[in-house]
Amino acid sequence: MSHRELDDMLGTRWRKPHFVTNPMLRWGLIAGFVAYLVAAIATIEVDWGRVYEGLDRGWQFILAFTKPDFVSRAGDIWEGLLESIVMTVAASVIGILISIPIGLGAARNIAPLPVYVICRGIVAVSRALQEIIVAILLVAIFGFGPLAGFLTLSFATIGFLSKLLAEDIEAMDRVQAEAIKASGAKWMQWINYGVQPQVIPRLIGLSMYRIDINFRESAILGLVGAGGIGATLNTAFDRYEYDTAAAILILIIGIVMALEYLSGVIRARVQ
Amino acid sequence: MPVLEKEGAKVWRRRTQGEALIRWFGWLIGVAVFVVCWQRISESTTWFFVWDAPRIADDIWTRATPPRWEYITQLGRPIWDTLNIATLGTIIALCLAVPVAFLAARNTTPSAWLVRPIALLIIVSTRSINSLIWALLLIAIIGPGVFAGVIAIAIRSIGFCAKLLYEAIEEIDQTQVEAISATGASRWQVMAYGIVPQILPAFAGVAVFRWDINIRESTVLGLVGAGGIGLQLSSSLNVLAWPQVSLILIVILAAVVISEWVSAKVRGAII
Repeated sequence: MSHRELDDMLGTRWRKPHFVTNPMLRWGLIAGFVAYLVAAIATIEVDWGRVYEGLDRGWQFILAFTKPDFVSRAGDIWEGLLESIVMTVAASVIGILISIPIGLGAARNIAPLPVYVICRGIVAVSRALQEIIVAILLVAIFGFGPLAGFLTLSFATIGFLSKLLAEDIEAMDRVQAEAIKASGAKWMQWINYGVQPQVIPRLIGLSMYRIDINFRESAILGLVGAGGIGATLNTAFDRYEYDTAAAILILIIGIVMALEYLSGVIRARVQ
Repeated sequence: MPVLEKEGAKVWRRRTQGEALIRWFGWLIGVAVFVVCWQRISESTTWFFVWDAPRIADDIWTRATPPRWEYITQLGRPIWDTLNIATLGTIIALCLAVPVAFLAARNTTPSAWLVRPIALLIIVSTRSINSLIWALLLIAIIGPGVFAGVIAIAIRSIGFCAKLLYEAIEEIDQTQVEAISATGASRWQVMAYGIVPQILPAFAGVAVFRWDINIRESTVLGLVGAGGIGLQLSSSLNVLAWPQVSLILIVILAAVVISEWVSAKVRGAII
């Protein structure tokens, strides 16, 4: 909007300003987007006959949610769920314990440069590799079972928590930390009384959030043989036992909701 | 202030004795739970494989290096499919998430008692189930292929996008909405001129952020048969073609890094 006088604008209709002001760029973006969309949709092969046949099965699955079957496979479901929970708890504890020193190391205002580079490297690797791929490799190395799942979740937790913790430490108030240092504190005391009180509420909140994520992820690790409820769920789908699958999904959703509620309560208390 | 009498002098302490006792007890329970969990994992682990792990890892490493570079010519189409799954999935998810978000936000929902809980239930249930599980389910219903991947990503993303959007809607500046409604605007006009402009930046940010996550998730959807580069990964793993596996992992890593870079750039430009 260059210098337009009010008089010029009188009598003309007001028009909404555009989101992207440069018209060339705007139309270029729209044209490119439409071209991509056409190309993308054209290359997707959809077998509509198969989809139509499947709709019936989809409807049965939705119906299964109205009468989930918790009973007939209760043993398998319980075993799988317990294994998922066990993996989540153990991996969260170990992951959080390891991510604290790495988080300290990845904060530029605390760590010297070599430590910073190493810790940031660990964080980057852990974040770039997805849980399921890590799980495949660890299952190949350590064999089937919850140990691979536990290691996968711990590894993923380290990347997530260390990064956010380091960012929080970097954004902390320097004055408090300096005041502790000025009182002649040693390094550990400095961290303990100058840094820790500033970041602990957020660390607890993030840890709760990560426990929530870990449980959700533990539900899929079973697909590649890393233990947990995923294997049971996969079997239920393969056998078209939709009522059992629905029961498992309802349990997962219920636990996630409970965890989310719990973490909300805890976060509200510590912050 | 909690103090401890020690040889007649008062020494400062952080907590009173009662508080310290409760905390100590809490830690005890926490450690006990962890030990029980660890024991369960340990019971279902074949420790021989674990002690043998370094040798196996070394073996896999020698098999996987160097990557089979010429295999990349066969990866063009899977990468394109992966990109399409992520992009189309995100677009569909956004189209569905916007109405859900408006129904879920306290200040725009038509009925806080009837509609809002339903919208929140949609958000929680789509969010708490991983896209791999959605893919598994959709493959059973509509058959394997890219289409199942697109829908799986779309369903999984609805909850995430709708949650972030409805939080943005709840945080809008109410005075602007009042100003628009004071001009005699209808409900839809208030929406278009009072609310939408305020949440547009948040919307764009959420879209790009979710697209980035979806690129990551769509790379592994093929493991269960839902198209994309994961399909190649799974078939290479099945025939133990480790040089191909390592190449695919490098490609996935590159895709993740590039998508993160793009999303960071776009978000930086918008916000």
